[in-house]
Order: sequence, then structure tokens, then C-alpha cells
Amino acid sequence: MYRYDEFDHTVVRERVVQFREQVGRRLAGEITEDEFKPLRLMNGLYLQLHAYMLRVAIPYGTLSSRQMRTLAHIARAYDKGYGHFTTRQNIQYNWPKLVDVPDLLDELAKVEMHALQTSGNCIRNVTADPYAGVAAGEVEDPRIYAEIIRQWSTLHPEFTFLPRKFKIALTGTDTDRAAVKLHDIGIAIIRDENGAIGFRIDVGGGQGRTPIIAQTIRDFLPKQDLLPYLEAILRVYNMLGRRDNIYKARIKILVQSEGLERFTELVEEEFTHLKGGAVELPQAELDRIRAYFAAPRYETLDNGSKELESARQADEEFAAWVKTNVDTHKQPGYAIVNISLKPVGGIPGDASAEEMEAVADLADRYSFGEIRVTHEQNLTLPSVQQSELFSLWLGLKIHGLATANIGHAGDIIACPGLDYCNLANARSIPVAQAISRKFENIRRQHDIGRLTINISGCINACGHHHVGNIGLLGVEKNGEEFYQITLGGRADENAEIGRIVGPAFSYDDVPGAVETVVETYLQQREDNDESFVDAYARLGATPFKEALYATR
Amino acid sequence: MPLVKNGEITPDPWTHIADGEDAPLDAPIIVSTDRWNAERASLVHRNAPIGIRLRNDQLPDELGEDLYRFGVVAIEFPAFKDGRAYTQARLLRERYRFTGEVRAFGDVLRDQLLFMQRCGIDAFEIRKLADAEAFRSTIGEISVFFQPAADDRRPVTALRNRAVASWAY
Repeated sequence: MYRYDEFDHTVVRERVVQFREQVGRRLAGEITEDEFKPLRLMNGLYLQLHAYMLRVAIPYGTLSSRQMRTLAHIARAYDKGYGHFTTRQNIQYNWPKLVDVPDLLDELAKVEMHALQTSGNCIRNVTADPYAGVAAGEVEDPRIYAEIIRQWSTLHPEFTFLPRKFKIALTGTDTDRAAVKLHDIGIAIIRDENGAIGFRIDVGGGQGRTPIIAQTIRDFLPKQDLLPYLEAILRVYNMLGRRDNIYKARIKILVQSEGLERFTELVEEEFTHLKGGAVELPQAELDRIRAYFAAPRYETLDNGSKELESARQADEEFAAWVKTNVDTHKQPGYAIVNISLKPVGGIPGDASAEEMEAVADLADRYSFGEIRVTHEQNLTLPSVQQSELFSLWLGLKIHGLATANIGHAGDIIACPGLDYCNLANARSIPVAQAISRKFENIRRQHDIGRLTINISGCINACGHHHVGNIGLLGVEKNGEEFYQITLGGRADENAEIGRIVGPAFSYDDVPGAVETVVETYLQQREDNDESFVDAYARLGATPFKEALYATR
Repeated sequence: MPLVKNGEITPDPWTHIADGEDAPLDAPIIVSTDRWNAERASLVHRNAPIGIRLRNDQLPDELGEDLYRFGVVAIEFPAFKDGRAYTQARLLRERYRFTGEVRAFGDVLRDQLLFMQRCGIDAFEIRKLADAEAFRSTIGEISVFFQPAADDRRPVTALRNRAVASWAY
């Protein structure tokens, strides 16, 4: 993992002092809430329905056990004993008091964490594949470049007042677990035909009220050009992005209005001026950062542990968990373990202080003290010995963290919705809980197979409903909550925007409607290997429409 | 409105002249690009310094070689949220090597001064006297910089490499 040096420590500490002074001005009444708003938003502090909400950055979703313990402590000391992991690999606290926030930030700074650029119209916390460094077939570890981008974008003087927020995601494998096609800039680490490592750069993806899949602006960008090229894209966007309408201000709208060809010309022209300039990262600095992400000391092992096999034979529940929650590791004898934060009837992404501490302890014991946060609002232990999977599972089970539903119907992604958020039209959490209960039988979930259900409480799409295989969008009709259903979305390397299937369903009816969609799939699938999203691609919307609206 | 230059509140020798307003012949003035383009022939023959005011959707290359006639380029922050002028400032300094005064006007707030200065702005028309008085302390709140810009502050990438070099020898 990356560790702060004196420079990283200094800027985070200075930023806390600066924010403490800004909070002081607000508390003393020297500035109004309106004047304070842009200052707090530079530090991840939102004012929601009931209280302030603080969003803490977890750069590219990587946490140490020590950091996780601090997050648990903060949940206990400043919140109601909970934290909420988000679809951008961050954590949110819903109940901090303004006067306490500077102290909270001080505690974060001690473990090399902060809330910088988790809100506002700046380059937001950069995200990456949660399997970075351990995925089989990875070209290079995306955390190296994510860290480089984190540092370069920190308090960037030119790009802190962009037309709108700006999100960058990275992946180092063909399998996309970072949804790079749905970001303002998506970066895939690739090899060219000569074996040289560089980047494919996608631009103009995003969700919100205008969901768009990113287009490729550069098929292959040499490594040393990364920061100059990013500055070129950001500069063109800063000058030309719309500022008259918040809903048309993202870079995706600019790329659409200029057209990819013209937009590319503008960026490439700007890039000719920046290429080779001062922003290009020195090789020594690249090497310095890369060294932090060296592999941990793996033991020399073989795949196919006997302990694992006999435990699978002996315990059906464990075998089911291995099937859904455990993934292939690049190192023989090791596995990647996903911890579902989606227990039956739970709040997606919520974790209690006790759960966070349990995960920290288990990470220390089984996974080199490392933890990842996924954009599906789950946690990952990146490197676990296969022979220790059973004892890890027992440890997770004690804390209710062994739900075997990763990538399945119960693994619902949801925004905070109307329970917390002042933008929402409808509740998301209770709908997620009701759907989760409908699919509480894990065997049934496994029979249904891979299925993503995403819920957003409003058109801002924080629950990524556009790219859920089944997406629910909360809307308001005559003062009542309704939910539009979209089908066929996906956030992976074959990203698709889901299509609205028909008229919206009421709050009470929507869990049943989701079940109808799933039942229709079960009746119509060719065999157990045809996933929901593949069946939808083959069948189209018609059978689902018929089933949903037949009795209306 | 207080003007801060070289870190101090200083008297402003320049006067903004609105389009259609009479321009004094013997005092430094700042005019819009429209005015400049319409009256260039007479404005170049004045015996006092002249400055130009850019709209924030204009790029410095619109001025061509005339850029170097101006003592001041004034760039606008119509609202603090509108960050186009940061790019204008960097282009003026880094691409066009403009060495005269680059002046911020409009919604120039205390908490943005450091960003402005890093982008090459060296004169600030600040609405609130208290913000102007806090200039030096607010500029000094952050001492570490993670990217090169138009100022002479060394980014950490350069400082780290120097540290490595001095340690190695």
C-alpha cells in the first residue's frame, strides 16, 4: 500500500487546519451558510435532510486494517455506530456535528486519510478495480496510476472549479470491475502490439439523467503521457463545458455536442503543448510510487488445497459461499475473498463499528492487513490462502458477514434515498430491504444465477440504476413514491444502459414486480448457464412486459 | 474595492473603462476586447498604459501579438464557481509568456486566492476588505503542492527527487 511521506502528511494536516478555521468563521457567524457551502463542499461535507453528512475518501478503494479501525472508531464516536460504504468506494457518515468535523478530520489524518475532493466540481476521489494487484491476467497494477492521479489532482489550482464534478476510474484487466465506461474518464492499462504498456483512454461516460457509455479518445497512450493528456482533456472541458445548466455540465454532454472527432482534435491540439512538459511524471517518482505496491510476501503454494476441498465436501453452506464470494487470485494457493455487506433485509453498504473491526482483525489474520472497497458496496480481502478460507469463513459467519450472495439477487446496490438525501424523490433503502427479503433463500439466489439489482432514489442515479440488470428509479407522482423499472443494464466491460420496461410501480408493488421479472427469466432461460442479462439480450423486453402488465 | 498586489493592499493605478464610457488620455485604463477592436487605431496612440479585459470564454490567442502591448490582462470570475479564468491565467503565463500583470476581478474570494496565484494571477480586486487583509495568511495556509502550475513553487515530485539525489551522493 501507498504510505504518506512528509509532503503527503503536511498537506492533509494543513488542509484540516484550514478547514478548522473555515468552520470557526461559520460558527462565529462571520460567514453565512450560503458562503460556507462551497467551503464545506471542498471537504466532503454535505447538508442533508436531517444533519450534515461527511464523505471520507478511500482512494481507489484500498484500506489498511489500521485505517478500517479508525473508520470504526469514527462511526462510534461521531456517528450512531455505523458507516455507509458508497458506490464510489468511499465511506459516508450521516450524523456528524459541524463543530466536531475538524477533530474527526484530525483523526483521519493520523491514519493517512482525508475528505478532500469527495464533493464539489473538482476531480473526485479516483476509483479502481478492487482486485488491483491480485487479479489474474492483470497488465499492471492500476493502483500505481490511481495514486499518481490522486496526487496530481490534489488541490489542483486550475481544475477545482470545473463546470461539474469529474470522476476517473482505472482498470488493469480485460474484465472491468471499475465501470470505466461509465466515468468522465476511464483508463484501461493495456499492451500495444509490441508489448509496451500504456493506456486506453475513454471519455464522456456517465449516468445521471443522461446516461452515456464512454467513447475511446485514445486507443493507446504511452505511459509517460498520462498526466499531460489528462491535463489536456480537463483544460478543454474547463474552457468549453457548459456552465448554464447543471444537468448539461458534465463532460459527456460536451463530447456529445462537439462530437467525438472534434473533441479529440481539441484535446490532441492542447496535448501537443503539454506533452513533455513539467507535468510529466519523472521516472524516479513513478518508480517510488510503484515500489509501494509491490506484492506482499506470498508463500510458495499450489492451487487446490486439500483443506479447502474437504471443507467444501463437508459443509454445503461453506461451499455455496466459496462459489459466489471467492475469486481466482494470480498467485497459486491464494484466493480473493469478497465480503457481502448485503445481509438479508439489511441496508446495502452499511457496516457497524463492530463489523468494521471484525473485518480489520480478519484482514490482519488472513490477508496481509489489506482491505478493498468495491463499487458494489462490498468489501474484499485481496489475498487469502486457499487452505485458510474455511477458518476465515467461520470468522466472518460469527459476525454475520458470510452472506453468499456476491453478484446475485441479494447483492443490491442502493443510494441512501429519501431516508437521508434531500435530492431524492423516493426511498431506496426500504425497497432494497423488501427485495432482499423476497430473495432471502440463498439456494434460490444461486439458482437464479448472476443478477444485479440497482436502486436510485432519484434521477441523479447514485444507485447506478441505469446499469443494473434490473434497475429501479424512484420518481414522484402526485406526492407518492413510484419506481420505474429498467432492464438489461450492465456496468462491466460490455457496459449497457438499461431500458425502461413500462409504466412505474408503486412503493408497495415494486418488490413483487421485481420478482415477476425474475420469474419470467427463470421460465424463459435456455438453461441454467444463460444469465439474466444474456437472456434479456436474446428475448428483448416483450415477455417481461407481458408478465408485468398482463393483469393491469 | 481593495487591490492586492505583491501581497499588499495597494492603490490601484488602473481604471476599468466600460464600453461607451469616455477614456481619459493620460491615465492607465483597462478596456474590453470589443472596445479595443473597435478603437484600436486611436487607443494605440495614447500616451498612457493600456490594459485589456477578457471575457471568460475568450482565449488569449484572440489578441495575437497585441497581447504584448498590454500592461494588464484582467480576467473575470463572474461567480466563484466559474473556473475558466484559471485556465486563461495559466495559458497567459505558460503558453504566451505574458509577463505583465494578470489581474482577477469579479467574485474573488479569500478561499480561492491561492489557486489564483498558482495559476499566475498576481493582482487581485477583492470585494471584501477583510478578505484582502487576510491575503498573506490565507496564501500561506498550504505549503505543499502536488502539481506544477504557473507559479515558481516547486511541486513535490521535484522536491522528492532532489531529496533522493542528495541522499544518494
